[in-house]
Amino acid sequence: MPIVETFNLTKKFGKITAVDSLNIGIDEGEVFGLLGPNGAGKTTIIKMLATLLEPTSGNAKVNGFDVMKKPQKVRESIGIVFQEPSSDELLTGYENMKLYAMMYGLPKDEIKRGIVEALELVELTERRDDLVRTYSGGMRRRLEIGRSLIHKPKVLFLDEPTLGLDPAGREKMWDYIGRLVRELRMTVLLTTHYMEEADNLADKVGIIDQGRIVIIDTPKALKRTVGGDLVTIKTANPNTGALEKLAYVKNITQNDDQITITVENVSQNLQELLKVVGKIESVEVRNTTLNDVFLHFTGRRIHEEGGNTWFDKIVQESISKS
Amino acid sequence: MNLNGISAIWQREILTFLREKPRIISAAINPIFWLLTFGAGLGSTVNIAGINYQQFIFAGIIVQTMLFSSIFYGSYLVWDRRIDLLKAVLVTPLSRHSIFFGKVLSGVTFALIQTAIILAFGFFIGISYTFASIGLVIIIVALAAAALTAIGLTIGSLMTSPEGFQLITTFVIFPLFFLSGALFPLENLPAYLAALTAANPVTYIVDALRGLLIGIQYFGSFEIIFILVAFALIANLIGIQAFKRMRS
Repeated sequence: MPIVETFNLTKKFGKITAVDSLNIGIDEGEVFGLLGPNGAGKTTIIKMLATLLEPTSGNAKVNGFDVMKKPQKVRESIGIVFQEPSSDELLTGYENMKLYAMMYGLPKDEIKRGIVEALELVELTERRDDLVRTYSGGMRRRLEIGRSLIHKPKVLFLDEPTLGLDPAGREKMWDYIGRLVRELRMTVLLTTHYMEEADNLADKVGIIDQGRIVIIDTPKALKRTVGGDLVTIKTANPNTGALEKLAYVKNITQNDDQITITVENVSQNLQELLKVVGKIESVEVRNTTLNDVFLHFTGRRIHEEGGNTWFDKIVQESISKS
Repeated sequence: MNLNGISAIWQREILTFLREKPRIISAAINPIFWLLTFGAGLGSTVNIAGINYQQFIFAGIIVQTMLFSSIFYGSYLVWDRRIDLLKAVLVTPLSRHSIFFGKVLSGVTFALIQTAIILAFGFFIGISYTFASIGLVIIIVALAAAALTAIGLTIGSLMTSPEGFQLITTFVIFPLFFLSGALFPLENLPAYLAALTAANPVTYIVDALRGLLIGIQYFGSFEIIFILVAFALIANLIGIQAFKRMRS
């Protein structure tokens, strides 16, 4: 029986349906990745599962408890790391963990032991008595992950765990989460709009777009559904009619002056393909990623929508400046 | 009620308060500034019932400090909600009652710390204390701060964004302060002012403290106690309801 399960879970804000009849099941010990652009409804799903938001209709169970009828039990069963920092800057790492653990009503010795273990796990033992203000973004996120584990939750929710981290910090964080999952055999629900993140961490990925789950499968299987590698060609006037007739062309998506073709056996077929297309400005060949899977199922790229938050923009600007 | 959890909320607020040096400095300096400029300035020509104006407004300045700090502390909740700080607390098994109570307790603690600083300064402007008067001042301040913090928390729960924060000063704190008799005696007021001050619960806080500190009291003691207890109870009941309904 799945440890997290939703039944037609729906959330509407006025006329907007943020989450539309969601049905997912997450097995114990599984890392489930919800992948979709900003505004797809990922955070709303997490909030409903964490009892912070009441569903408009439908229902969900976490660790066997109904999120509406037994919110207290659900909260005891989960740990959660939010998108934006939720630790106190003016407290030390240790104080942050201790005060948080006290809110779970844990006995003193259990808190002490739990903190030592958690600090060890997220490699912050050395910095435990420094104010969080002096931590880097990645350290702070790690602290919050550690903090969410002290009460030994059954399920861990990670909402965009690498948002706002630089690429190096992001990769480090993946190592971390990966290790954590292996060592603690934790059930994790992870939301992300980074393809590589889902690919790296998740056993199973649910692609979500505009509040609806489009498809759920393992990253491998998803990539297989796209059915080949991708050739992206910049051309003013592609001869799509002729392309469609080629047996090894599996799919064609057109995007302004750019055309993306899914091709079986690229190495053998590329030459002929290029002849058929017509006048070419540039060509790019690459292996399938989840990005292509998203494109395949939704007809759009994940970042296309201009759905970036102000936070994202600041982060991207600061990265491009440095 | 989870005592450990309430204590955690309280410890968190106190620790961050003590580490925010500008907050402590302004909490201590503001009232002293008022007493030394406004109080001494008007005091050079104004006497009320034979008492120096600076001493007359002493109780009023304690209440002013408490009004600003308690209501702002409470309504600061709207900032906590905007960032994910509060969500992390709301997602623990701690009940909303307990969170609310921890916050009120913190507001009371801050008010008592600030009152202690102002009382200490009172020595220099000739206020005399007894153990009994200090004990009773502490009780009145605690009761009043519980009510005012609850009002702040109610505002913080109802507000959806921090943009309207300035309005709190204009529409809540200033009316409560200026209509409380903090700066003027309650005798011989024009009828509209007498009615408004009598309807303002803050008036009774000022009156109680002024009675305890310099012996001038307008209302009866029983009346004051009844009104302050009722004020604290009602403000907290409303506050808890607002806090429970608050969207996270």
